[in-house]
This record gives sequence, C-alpha cells and structure tokens, in this order.
Amino acid sequence: MWKHHAKFERHSLLLVIGILVVVAIGGLVEITPLFYLESTIEKVDGMRPYTPLELAGRDIYIREGCYLCHSQMIRPLRDEVERYGHYSLAAESMYDHPFQWGSKRTGPDLARVGGKYSDGWHRDHLIDPRSVVPESVMPPYAFLAKKDLDYSDIQAKVAAMTKVGVPYTQAEIDHAKVDLEAQADPFDAGGTALKKRYGDKVAQRDFDGNPDKISEMDALIAYLQMLGTLVDFKTYKADAPENLR
Amino acid sequence: MQQSLVKEDGAPLDAVILLVFSCLGAFGALLATAYSADPLFRFHGYVFLFAFTLAAGVMTVGMSSGKFRGDPKSYQDSVIRAGVIATMFWGVVGMLVGVVIACQLSWPRIFYFPDYGFLNFGRLRPLHTSGVIFAFGGNALIATSFYVVQRTCRARLAGGLASWFVFWGYNLFIVLAATGYLLGVTQGQEYAEPEWVTDLWLTIVWVVYLLVFLGTLWRRKEPHIYVANWFYLAFIVTIALLHIVNNLAMPVGWLNHRSYSAFGGVQNALTQWWYGHNAVGFFLTAGFLAIMYYFVPKRAERPIYSYRLSIVHFWALIFIYIWAGPHHLHYTALPMWTQTLGATFSIMLWMPSWGGMINGLMTLSGAWDKLRTDPVMRMLVVSIAFYGMSTFEGPMMSIREVNALSHYTDWTIGHVHSGALGWVGFITFGAVYCMVPWLWKKDRLWSDRLVEWHFWIATTGILLYITAMWVSGIMEGLMWREYTPQGFLANSFVETVSAKHVENIVRAIGGLMYLSGALIMSYNLWRTIRMPSSSTQDSAAALPALAVAS
Repeated sequence: MWKHHAKFERHSLLLVIGILVVVAIGGLVEITPLFYLESTIEKVDGMRPYTPLELAGRDIYIREGCYLCHSQMIRPLRDEVERYGHYSLAAESMYDHPFQWGSKRTGPDLARVGGKYSDGWHRDHLIDPRSVVPESVMPPYAFLAKKDLDYSDIQAKVAAMTKVGVPYTQAEIDHAKVDLEAQADPFDAGGTALKKRYGDKVAQRDFDGNPDKISEMDALIAYLQMLGTLVDFKTYKADAPENLR
Repeated sequence: MQQSLVKEDGAPLDAVILLVFSCLGAFGALLATAYSADPLFRFHGYVFLFAFTLAAGVMTVGMSSGKFRGDPKSYQDSVIRAGVIATMFWGVVGMLVGVVIACQLSWPRIFYFPDYGFLNFGRLRPLHTSGVIFAFGGNALIATSFYVVQRTCRARLAGGLASWFVFWGYNLFIVLAATGYLLGVTQGQEYAEPEWVTDLWLTIVWVVYLLVFLGTLWRRKEPHIYVANWFYLAFIVTIALLHIVNNLAMPVGWLNHRSYSAFGGVQNALTQWWYGHNAVGFFLTAGFLAIMYYFVPKRAERPIYSYRLSIVHFWALIFIYIWAGPHHLHYTALPMWTQTLGATFSIMLWMPSWGGMINGLMTLSGAWDKLRTDPVMRMLVVSIAFYGMSTFEGPMMSIREVNALSHYTDWTIGHVHSGALGWVGFITFGAVYCMVPWLWKKDRLWSDRLVEWHFWIATTGILLYITAMWVSGIMEGLMWREYTPQGFLANSFVETVSAKHVENIVRAIGGLMYLSGALIMSYNLWRTIRMPSSSTQDSAAALPALAVAS
C-alpha cells in the first residue's frame, strides 16, 4: 500500500487530481441535495420579495456589517423562542441573496425585530445607541440620517435579484424607483400601486421622521421594520408531518 | 535541458508579457472608471489604474536597463524577502485593527465616532479578519511556499517574473479588499466579503500562483514531492475551488460594485459555511501544516517522525474537513440530516488533526533540549500545542448540545483566536524567525533575548485572550437561557452585554500584548537584516541543483 502512494508523490498532476476528487465528495453529498430536496424549504403563506426601499435598506444593513453582531436566525430552543418569537423557518430567508443568518450575537437577534419598536425608537437608537440603551456597545449611525439614499441603480438591483431567482414581476422591476419613493412618503399617491404589487401589509411611512429627503436611515428602518413579519403563522402548522424535519 | 532553462529564465519574455498585461489592464481600468456612474466602483477603478500604470512603468524602466534576467544558478529569493516584509507589515496592521475593535467593545463611548461610519465596528471587523487571515496569513503562506518548494525540489521558481506577479497581485487584492471594507464595499458573507471585481482579480492571481507552484514541482531534481508540498498543493487547489463556488454572484451592473450571491437562504448558508469552515481547514490548517512540515524538522535537525502517519493524516484531513461546515449551522433552518452529517465528520476530524500534531511534536524526539536553548523552537512547539488544543475544542463545540450553548457567544471568538494567535500566528513567527537569517545571509538573529520577550509576552496575551472569552462566552450563553423560579427569562439581552465588560477589557489587554510581541519581533528582524552579512560561502545545499551539477 505504501509503495502505491509513491505514484502520488512522483506525479504532481496525479496528486492534484487526487486532492480534487477527495475534497469534492463532501461538498457534493452535503450541498447538492439542498437544491432539489423539496423538504428543504417549508411551504408557507405570506412570503414576498423585498420592496425596493427594503432592498435598499438591506444593502445598507450589509454595507455596515450589521450581520457581524446580529443574527437573523432564531433557534428552536425554549429561551430563544420566548425571547425573540417563533423559530426561524428556511422559507423566511429564501429570497435573501446573500443570507444574513449571522454567527455571533454581540447584539440581539433581529430575525423578528420588525414592529417591536417604533420608527422613532429606531432612529434615536441608530443615531446614538446609548441614548436609549445606556449599556449598549453598538456603534452610532448618525450619518445615515444625514445621507441621501442613492437609489439611482435600484431598478438594476431588482433586475439582478430576478437573475438569481427572486420572483419579481416585470411591473415590479419597471416601477422600482417610483415604488421606492412612494414607500418613504405616507402622502405619496403611488402607495396604492405599491401595495397592490407587494401586499397591503407594506408599511408606507416617513421612517426617519424627516420629510425633506429620502435618507439611508429611511431605507434601513423600513428594512428593520419588516423583518420577520411576513410569514402568516396562523396558517403555518409547525407540527404537521411535512414541516417536521 | 540546462540550456533551455537558462533561456527560459534569461529571456525577457515573461517581462514582455507582464508589460503588455499591465498596459492592457491600465487601459481597461481607465475605460471602466470613465464610464461608471458608481463612485465606489470608480474608486477601485482608480486603484487598478494606479497599480497597472505603476507596474507598466517599472517594467519599462527595468527592461530597458536590462534587469529581470533571472539567474538560473540561484534560488529566486528576492520575492520571498518581499513576502516576509509584507507578512510582518500586514500582521501588525491586522492585529492593530483587532485591538482597536476590542477597545470599541470595551469602551464604546470613547472609540466610536458618530460621523465617521468607516471607523465603526461593522466595517473594521472584516478589515481585522481579512487583515490577519488573508493579508498576514496569505503572505506568509505564499512566501514560505516559494521558499519550501524551491528547497525541497532543488529548483528555481518557475515562470520568471510570475512569482512577482503573484506577490504584487495578491497584495493588490488585499488593498482592494481593505479599502473596500472601509468604504462599504462588501457582499456580506463572512471571510468572503470582497465584491465581485476583487474576487475576479484574486482568481487570476491564484491561478498564476498554482501554475508557478506546479511549474516548480515539474522542474524538481528530487524524484519525490516532499510532504510539505502536498499540503501546499491541497491548500492552493482547494482554496481556488472554494473561492470560485462561494463567490458565484450576479453583478448589479458590469460597472457597478455591488453583486448578489447566486445562492440564497438555506443553500447560501451551507455554501458559505462550506467555504468558511474550509478557509479554516485549507488556508489556516493545511497551509500552515505545510510550514510545520518544513520548518520544524529543519529547526530541530531531525527527520519527520512518521512518513506513514503523514500520508494517512494528509488524505484523512482533506477528505474529512470538507464535510464539517454544517456545524456552524446547528439548530438553524438547515435540514437536520445535514447538521448531523456535519457534526459527525467534525468529531471524526479530531483524529487526523491530532495525527498532524503528533507528527509535528514527535519530530522533536531526541531534540527536546532545544526547547530550553532555542526560543524559536519553543515558539514552533507551542504553536503545535495550540493546534492540538483548538482541534480538540473544535470537535467538542460541534457537538449539538455543546453548540446550543456556545453558538453566537464569545466562546466561538475565543476558539478562533486560540487557533489563530496560538497556531497560525506562532508557526508563522517561528518560520519567519528561521527564514530571515537564511534569506538575508546572516549567521543568526540579532537578539535571541528579544525572541524570548516576544514569546512570553505573546503567550501570556493569548492565555488572557482565550480565558477571557471562555468566561464571557459561557457566561452569556448561560445567562441567555437562565430562568427565574417563576419560569420567566431571568436576563434581558443588554444585561448579558454589560456583564461582559471586564472580560472585554481583559481581551483587549491580551490582544495588545500579542501586538506588542509582533512589534518586538519586527524590530528584531529589522536589526537582523541590518547586521553585516555572514562571510561564509553558500554551501551546496543553499543552491539549486543546476548550480551543483555545473
């Protein structure tokens, strides 16, 4: 047996091929079934793609590295379910490119933070976290309120999302810009069309409380306020056989 | 054969190719920058433009003055010398950023600046992780691999200037990534933060790196490929595979910095941790095991303990590591069967990991006295001990019930740092301490006493760091799940944050000590390089086979 190993030690390409074969097996067996096993993602009511404003807010969430301290994945453990709400389902992040489950809780989980605090609380907290939570170690994000949201490429962003499999309709792509503007202004007439496209539960508010402009703060709070609010848990039967995994 | 080698190395063909590539690159960067409406994309366009223009200028001047004619009678060591300097530079930078973010978590009222978003924890943390893993670790791996592959093959690096392209190209990747993080260019996946343009650039550099390495193996005068080179090869090949698959993404536009991952949700989670865990497995383990397999026997002047053990643990390690990713996703929405499979293989991984540890430690059989006399040897041995410790802790933390407590807490951070500071850092320091006198032709290091200081300050720093994180991690994990006798959750989240204040400070002190050690080392190396060169002639062993033959 040891003599046969000399072949690998004498032929570099054989060694490369050997390495490739050996390291390919694990990934193929573990990862590929997730793409075709139907039980991987639960069937739920209420999931929809992000509105353009929420998508822009999500990009800010990613840009600022929020995922490095906040998870978005509630585990089915008693204390987590009581602290944060129903445990997270795979379906809830199926439109997330990339996923934001996180790996560390320097701050609390955010999977269901939507609707738990007021817009005003979020604004104050983001501007100066220690003004509302004195022991907090979170960085301040005052600059988000001052900065105009750059949404010149929002239509391209929505279109790119469809390319990776998020089911936006053509109308949603075409109206990305007006939908974004409508959502940040409670008096915008485009709100009706926005809700027709994304559902009645979509929040149409001036999230940062500053009517003069659409700031990055608007987008980020719009995103935070919808987190975990989509799935209808009245119709989701956690104990049904197809949902037990 | 000899003639063709001389011609290959001497002809400036490689320089011409590099010059043309630089000019085309500069032109492409100019066009992309000019047509893009995205300020962040334009910024990186300028960085590329500057780098390519500079490269083209250097190539032109160098070629016209007749440089770049490599001497086939010697090893290509200048690129390794540059790599050693880059390793120490990025090491200090990465560790400094680590100390800063540790201070931010300890004293948020002092170390945060509301109007300067680029100094927030969320942007500095990727700078720290990429800085130490990819910049410090990556430069160390490239430099040592170039050193080891030449010596163990008794051949000069293949590809002429290609090795310089790998060095500068890789460091350009680091500059792109690091500036990107500060400006907010990230795709939001841990340890794979660089966006698509930077990813593509790294892919090009990495392929050239693989070719240089393989090309040198093809020139070897030794019939067998030495074990360290198996590990380097596994590291290079697998990192290429991981990097390409995990970074598959759809750019928002061809002139837009942002892209969206091809995978979403649960599939994205598993590809990411397949990547993430094997960045540990192949970058931080296989690559640094290769360093161990060359520098430990060299320094101990003893052969590797067991050839058969190295074969078994090599194949077992690379086979099993790939499966271990799902242990990062216990109790998540990832299907249970995947979690169980991942945990099973993670526990099995304990054995090949300790195979490597035993092979490294037992190499000292008959040379244990060197621990007393040689602080560099001590550093190498302690690094292997930390490797053994963290590869025991890892499988334990991947047991579901343990993970329920440890996941999301500081315990994970402590685990990573016992591996990164103890294993990766110390084996790198040990190898660099060995290489600098060899590369700069000195008899010895400037000061062994400073190596002692470095060793003890850094070791104490690591111990402070990891014990602080064990305490705070287990404490916060227990506090999160603590109930009152009435059946209510006992602690609000923020109470678990404030409870960690002292541990956070201890961690910052530990990190500062480790950084101080690296600064002492940099000073010692600088003084070593400035010492007069040794008068002894190059021995035959210090030259490639070609020169010995002629």
